[in-house]
Amino acid sequence: AASAPKPLPSSGPKSLREMPHPLATSSSEEMGPALTPSPDLLLPHSIADKDLGLPNGTPVDTSSPASSSSLLNRLQLDDDLDVETRDLFVTVDDPKKHVCTMETYITYRVTTKTTRAEFDLPEYSVRRRYQDFDWLRNKLEESQPTHLIPPLPEKFVVKGVVDRFSEEFVETRRKALDKFLKRITDHPVLSFNEHFSVFLTAKDLNAYKKQGMALLSKMGESVKYVTGGYKLRSRPLEFAAIGDYLDTFSLKLGTIDRIAQRIIKEQLEYLVELREYGPVYSTWGGLEVELSEPLEGVSACIGNCCTALEELSEDMTEDFLPVLREYILYAESMKNVLKKRDQVQAEYEAKLEAVALKKEDRPKVPTDVEKCQDRVECFNADLKADMERWQNNKRQDFRQLLMGMADKNIQYYEKVYVTCWST
Amino acid sequence: MEECLAKKMEITVSEAEKRTGRNAMNIQETYTAYLIETRAVESQSEGQCAPVDSLWRRYSEFELLRNYLSVTYPHIVVPPLPEKRADFVWHKLSADNMDPDFVERRRIGLENFLLRVASHPVLCQDRIFYAFLTQEGGWKEMVNETGFQLKADSRLKALNATFRVKNPDKRFTELKHYSDELQSVISHLLRVRARVADRLYGVYKVHGNYGRVFSEWSAIEKEMGDGLQSAGHHMDVYAASIDDILEEEEHYADQLKEYLFYAEALRAVCRKHELMQYDLEMAAQDLTSKKQQCEELATGTVRTFSLKGMTSKLFGQETPEQREAKIKVLEEQIQEGEEQLKSKNLEGRDFVKSAWADIERFKEQKNHDLKEALISYAVMQISMCKKGIQVWTNAKECFSKM
Repeated sequence: AASAPKPLPSSGPKSLREMPHPLATSSSEEMGPALTPSPDLLLPHSIADKDLGLPNGTPVDTSSPASSSSLLNRLQLDDDLDVETRDLFVTVDDPKKHVCTMETYITYRVTTKTTRAEFDLPEYSVRRRYQDFDWLRNKLEESQPTHLIPPLPEKFVVKGVVDRFSEEFVETRRKALDKFLKRITDHPVLSFNEHFSVFLTAKDLNAYKKQGMALLSKMGESVKYVTGGYKLRSRPLEFAAIGDYLDTFSLKLGTIDRIAQRIIKEQLEYLVELREYGPVYSTWGGLEVELSEPLEGVSACIGNCCTALEELSEDMTEDFLPVLREYILYAESMKNVLKKRDQVQAEYEAKLEAVALKKEDRPKVPTDVEKCQDRVECFNADLKADMERWQNNKRQDFRQLLMGMADKNIQYYEKVYVTCWST
Repeated sequence: MEECLAKKMEITVSEAEKRTGRNAMNIQETYTAYLIETRAVESQSEGQCAPVDSLWRRYSEFELLRNYLSVTYPHIVVPPLPEKRADFVWHKLSADNMDPDFVERRRIGLENFLLRVASHPVLCQDRIFYAFLTQEGGWKEMVNETGFQLKADSRLKALNATFRVKNPDKRFTELKHYSDELQSVISHLLRVRARVADRLYGVYKVHGNYGRVFSEWSAIEKEMGDGLQSAGHHMDVYAASIDDILEEEEHYADQLKEYLFYAEALRAVCRKHELMQYDLEMAAQDLTSKKQQCEELATGTVRTFSLKGMTSKLFGQETPEQREAKIKVLEEQIQEGEEQLKSKNLEGRDFVKSAWADIERFKEQKNHDLKEALISYAVMQISMCKKGIQVWTNAKECFSKM
């Protein structure tokens, strides 16, 4: 675990007055509860300790189905995380098709298991459609603008090219939606967002949506009204670095996506030829007496090769490509958050400069400039913490993804090897 | 039976060289010459190595040799030459006859041809063949002196026979049908195989792009960098591995090609049989009609229409002397004809017997060779799978260290 730099107090449903003034003391580390956790530890119960009164260290029932194996895998990869500290488990499954007069659509079952006090029940099961996930994401972006919100799978699909109701498409989407919710669940701040809770629990989500009077955090509200149009003086090095990194990262992922697609295309063309190749050996086998056995053998071998290759291409299309694309979307949304951060800083700098120019003899900094400064510092802290978490998760996700790709290729060769051997 | 030449003599086609020279029309041309090396196989106890004899031959001389053998031994399934021009190519292979890979494969094919002939119990004893291997100068003249070109059957004659023969040996008809089918199926196979090779090449090579992008990506990563970089290297290895794999497969394709061309040799033997049979049938038919004519002249009855008969009716009968002379001539011809028919019959039966013996030998050789080829092909596939597993396992390990 990295030596945890104590971050500044961040957004949360608290008024600014309760937070210590960043300028008042030299080190703000001692101030206030650490509302954002250190980058590598997830300790929701410590926050809950102070705010929501959850009993300490409640062991979570890990045998429940909600603690899905994939979730457990992620926990095991992260050495610092104690399984017992998890108190919220969310799963997306059971896609169902609904046919109505106006439209046809798919809903997914969202199951929640939790011991958190803010939930009335320990278990929930609701049905949600893509629209609802999209709504949730928008609300999270609105209410938590200083945080990185995970991406959703692409909204629109080209009709005619992709069948929106095919098993493969629905399954790919389900996995992505499941990932989306799990990422939120893992996030120490986002997982406590009210919209998220409602999403998980409300019987009638549409009614809640219509309310419109969403509870914005103070931070959310303040950032929302930050005006653009201020020019940024200088970007702090670390955020410039993050920006550069994300640019190159997106580019490279885009290239990998194209390469993977090209490989799949070449493999399918190879498959077409193989499908003609195998039967010719059979035809020849029909012509011969002594050689018919080895000829049939080769034909069967080629046939199996075809099947295995089909499976490989399918797997790559369904499991590999979507995750790549998710990360490209992630990077895009992250860049937007960075831009917003720049705007917040720019506004602060402009206001500060305006005050300085006034040359007034005031010992105390005006409150609105103070507010700007708060915003900047909270934003920076949130973003920094989220970036570190993101980097770690990204490393694990790609490790898993690429190992999976290698695995699938190994399995392909193993399948072909076995049938060749028998010939 | 005398031992095959192959057992007494080591034969190799060891080198190929580009040459320029003037051809028959005094035009400058470039061609490839092949070095044939021969060495007598000494008994082991002597411990000495016999000296190596060598001479250069070009492809056209090999063709001449083969033509000579085909005409001189029509009852033998004569081994085929490697292809004259590159056929069944896929994009990476060159169709150029001067391309070094093509020349190399041809060198191997020519050596194979010589070994096949040298191990054939009948062909290996031919003196022209021996001279081809050992006598540099004057060989062409020697071949032409045999006058084999005169013995060659015209293509037209052969075609005519194929259509008109009434009673060919059923086995030959079946064999001809088989060789047609074999040709068709192997051609199809080789064509598709070339396309398969092309596509497989594409799949492997695109993976090389992963190598580059992983390397670029690793530059911006801290913890993931090493794993990505080394995995990228394995992707490069993977992409490069296809070259050797497909080169090996070309040898397999060449083995199939040999039998594709062998099918043609089989057909040639069948054609010869048809020709001989047709000849026989024609001779028998001719004899029958002559006998009939003779009978008619002798008895004076006209059973069949003949122009002579009509003209004699119109312009008057022949004198008895004329008729006697005619009968005499016919009787001579009939006797000649009967002897000829007898010898042709004998020839035909001998041909069928010896041809069928060689065909049986060929069948065994074919089954043995093709079985081996198919097994070696399966082994190649297994080796390709093993390589694939190895590379991806290495890559996986690199990823696990990310």
